[in-house]
Amino acid sequence: MKAYGTVHKYGDNVDTDVIIPARYLNSSDPKELAKKCMEDIDKEFVNRVKIGDIMVANKNFGCGSSREHAPIAIKAAGISCVIAETFARIFYRNAINIGLPIIECPEAAKGIEAGDMVEVDFDSGMIYNKTKGTEFKGQAFPEFMQKIIRSEGLINYINNK
Amino acid sequence: MGMTMTQKILAAHAGLDNVQAGQLIEANLDLVLGNDVTAPVAIHEMEKMNTKGVFDKDKIALVPDHFTPNKDIKSAEHCKCVREFAYEHNITNYFEIGEMGIEHALLPEKGLVVAGEVVIGADSHTCTYGALGAFSTGVGSTDMAAGMATGKAWFKVPSAIKFELVGKPSKWVSGKDVILYIIGKIGVDGALYKSMEFVGEGIKNLSMDDRFAMANMAIEAGAKNGIFPVDQQTVEYMKEHSIKEYTVYEADEDAEYEETYVINLSELKPTVAFPHLPENTKPVEEAGEVKIDQVVIGSCTNGRISDLRIAAKVLEGRKIDKGMRLIVFPATQTIYLQAMEEGLLATFIKAGGVVSTPTCGPCLGGHMGILAAGERAVATTNRNFVGRMGHVESEVYLASPAVAAASAITGKISSPEDLGL
Ligand code: SF4
Repeated sequence: MKAYGTVHKYGDNVDTDVIIPARYLNSSDPKELAKKCMEDIDKEFVNRVKIGDIMVANKNFGCGSSREHAPIAIKAAGISCVIAETFARIFYRNAINIGLPIIECPEAAKGIEAGDMVEVDFDSGMIYNKTKGTEFKGQAFPEFMQKIIRSEGLINYINNK
Repeated sequence: MGMTMTQKILAAHAGLDNVQAGQLIEANLDLVLGNDVTAPVAIHEMEKMNTKGVFDKDKIALVPDHFTPNKDIKSAEHCKCVREFAYEHNITNYFEIGEMGIEHALLPEKGLVVAGEVVIGADSHTCTYGALGAFSTGVGSTDMAAGMATGKAWFKVPSAIKFELVGKPSKWVSGKDVILYIIGKIGVDGALYKSMEFVGEGIKNLSMDDRFAMANMAIEAGAKNGIFPVDQQTVEYMKEHSIKEYTVYEADEDAEYEETYVINLSELKPTVAFPHLPENTKPVEEAGEVKIDQVVIGSCTNGRISDLRIAAKVLEGRKIDKGMRLIVFPATQTIYLQAMEEGLLATFIKAGGVVSTPTCGPCLGGHMGILAAGERAVATTNRNFVGRMGHVESEVYLASPAVAAASAITGKISSPEDLGL
């Protein structure tokens, strides 16, 4: 499994309130949520994002509210993978559980800028910055989580078990 | 190697003699919680599953509290979805608005959580029940769906940070000030993936409501859970509220902690967290002149009866500043009634405030007190992120009920001491 796309870059402590503000939580439709994704921190994101793009951020990405609407909105907006220095734990589980690939890699978070073209190989955990010609080794998922991601989320994983 | 309190509870629920930090386990759940924002997503996920029923109709709690009383048609549809699911599956613990409250105040009050249990909730502040000596943590809707169907959840066993509390807090210092101080010290990711284990003789000087407020904000330091040992006060609380059997777990003598902090409660001062992160804390006396438009007293952090009593003590016989908007929302119907019988609601209204029905309302910028651009609020809630209470250019300052009430009177961030109290 691979992802390849343009990078959208954010800083520290991006919380789920800015990923999808509470005022839009009266909907749970992924398409609706995707339209408002990142609105409070980056108004232009929804106009700029293309299917397959990659999101990169610094530490504690996805902190705050447990709303699964946050990874759902990111995935529905077209993002194929999120790379961060660290993730907040509920966001981490939610992303895995809905089948949004995420990778922790502090070096990559530092060595990748907005607009870079990046490829991620989920099997090896390798991250290639094609624009800068650099590469990073991200943290590979434990096997159990790989199975959940390959099943496209926890529900299918349980169904298949 | 010994285990922490959290690790012991997790081991027992995974059917293991021993667990270690980092280990992936599957644990049996004593309770699965959801609200009107997260449960509809979980219910739709459950519909995709092969299993049709819930694992145990008595071990699921559904609490519509975020956009209730229904704020608009869309939120009414969400509540309807939760209600219909609850009736279809005979869920014992579904709470309609007349019997409701904010989930994390309601569940302990109804006796649904006791010491030694494992609880997941599709709400990040599920960590509140650590005050009772339970392992409880926030998850997302998919975890909730899987939990409702199977009664199990996967966890990575957390490592721990120990907070040894000593001494006695001074008059206007509450659990809220203690936890704000701690978050200010370790940062919003200071306990990422870890459990915050509170220990020490100072705990006896913190009421159950103080402990709830502290465990509630463990997530604001990135923690998986926050947990308190079970003492006489905990046992009394559980006896008063619950008929469930509880189990007391204690950390082993040789349990391993990544770090230990010793906190002398007697040295702490009324504290406030500046926008836009809970870690931006300083003592109120160093806050400077910060003019405030709205004061919000309530939420799952500080909407309990002792919080309202403290606020009323400060507001008693006084008037809030001209142009100030004071909104008080008791956390549950029981607290509301108690506050009414004790005359606290009259104090709030006479001071110039309004009292709202229990709801999450303004805490998450949902309804019932949204801020416009440029407006500032002092709130006893737990988050002050960008846009949390309304417009992206509004600001939230987090504080205790005492500080919030004092600020409502002066119109700027103040402590009760500034009023000569
Ligand atoms: S009161 Fe606020 S923090 Fe607590 S459950 Fe409601 S929205 Fe969440």
